[in-house]
Amino acid sequence: MRPLPVGEHGLLIELDSAEEVEALHAELLRRAADGALPPLREIVPAARTVLLDGLADPRGLIAELAAWDIPPLTAGDRPTVEIPVRYDGPDLADVAALWGVTPDEVVRLHSATEFHVAFCGFAPGFGYLTGLPERLHVPRRDTPRTKVPVGSVALAGPYTGVYPRSSPGGWQLIGTTGTVLWDPRREPAALLAPGTRVRFVPQETA
Amino acid sequence: MTDRAFSVVRAGALTTVQDLGRPGHAHLGVPRAGALDAPAHQLANRLVGNPASAATLETTLTGCALRVRTATTVAVTGAPCPVTVDGRPAPWGAPVRVPAGAVLDAGPATHGLRSYLAFAGGIDTEPVLGSRAADLLSGLGPDPLTDGAVLPLGDPHGPPAGADAVPHHGPVPELVLPFLPGPRDAWFTDSGLHTLTTGRFRVSPASNRIGLRTEGPPLERARSGELPSEGMPLGALQVPPNGLPVLFLHDHPTTGGYPVIGVVPERCLAPAAQAVPGTPVRFFRMR
Repeated sequence: MRPLPVGEHGLLIELDSAEEVEALHAELLRRAADGALPPLREIVPAARTVLLDGLADPRGLIAELAAWDIPPLTAGDRPTVEIPVRYDGPDLADVAALWGVTPDEVVRLHSATEFHVAFCGFAPGFGYLTGLPERLHVPRRDTPRTKVPVGSVALAGPYTGVYPRSSPGGWQLIGTTGTVLWDPRREPAALLAPGTRVRFVPQETA
Repeated sequence: MTDRAFSVVRAGALTTVQDLGRPGHAHLGVPRAGALDAPAHQLANRLVGNPASAATLETTLTGCALRVRTATTVAVTGAPCPVTVDGRPAPWGAPVRVPAGAVLDAGPATHGLRSYLAFAGGIDTEPVLGSRAADLLSGLGPDPLTDGAVLPLGDPHGPPAGADAVPHHGPVPELVLPFLPGPRDAWFTDSGLHTLTTGRFRVSPASNRIGLRTEGPPLERARSGELPSEGMPLGALQVPPNGLPVLFLHDHPTTGGYPVIGVVPERCLAPAAQAVPGTPVRFFRMR
């Protein structure tokens, strides 16, 4: 665990793995809920780091962190969400070719994977979902699309994601869901918060 | 809709509803948003008797004009500009009583970039996650103003608080940005850091509420490749592959994969909100 200063009031804590990030994030949320963390504005988990911002005394927290006992996460600690998907994306055949399998096998492999939200970003409600084995990681499209439809289920690098609204994007589109990922009038607004477990359930294409 | 409202006569180049933003949601990918020149926003509110959290209008360079449906106290702060009520001159930086049906016009900025218009009672559009701020990166909050749009006003809070002195940082002939190195200063060579603190940079016309982009000498990297995505704070000096630092302002993405060479304290960001394209930029290291 390597804490790096971020301005006057922030800390970026770098860890060795996504699992360690999630364990630290869960521990931070536990301590925040118990009132055992100093007041702060943001806790932002990411691929290998957790950003803490808005701290009065970042250095004081560095000293505390070193003494924490952080238990590893178990699957049961996380809420689970099921997302129905029509596997009809325009890049399904390309992903099948990259994986060296048939499109049907892409559907089977993707829907059999247990994903969870490693972190969010890019757009409100966009979760970076990990869980695919390394041999199934795919590159981004060479040319990003100017418009990816809302609800597109997509792959890039180690991640799967679902576009919460229409936006430009370079990920490989394999399907579509009608599930609402982001609704600021709903509590919680984001269906996929960091730590949430996700299963994709294949639906018949119309 | 009640009479407590105004209609947009001239929307201007980019006029948005802003307040103190929606901090605390960065982990869901939600930018902070809020007034870029926070002191100017707070002063405008104070002049019309609003709490600092009331929503104001933030204009960009060309100002805006509005017709109020009911008599309303208004104050214009931030970038100085000619203020008129039905064509007659009115003061900038002071409370102005605008009669029902009259047009308040905040003209083009004479210097600086962003003016703030506060209305007694504040702009009463529906809050999203506790804030009325328009966030141009993710599209949360009210859309930028368009001609003919009607926006509701809240009930006045009380008499204007007035102000003994009007703090105004004035035009910025040169934007000076102090920064603390890190968290990824090690991704740059000593020469790269030296370039940041000695190079002649300018504000790029491609700047917006997401980031103040710069033009100047590229910073030399010690490491190639991209970082795994990490959290990005307000004030981050992120350096994309072209080597030119981008100062992250209120609508910035909450995570990103380019290294951050330093962070400008939040209290030093208001002048960046007023720096027009072409303004010279100097970075200095706080320690």
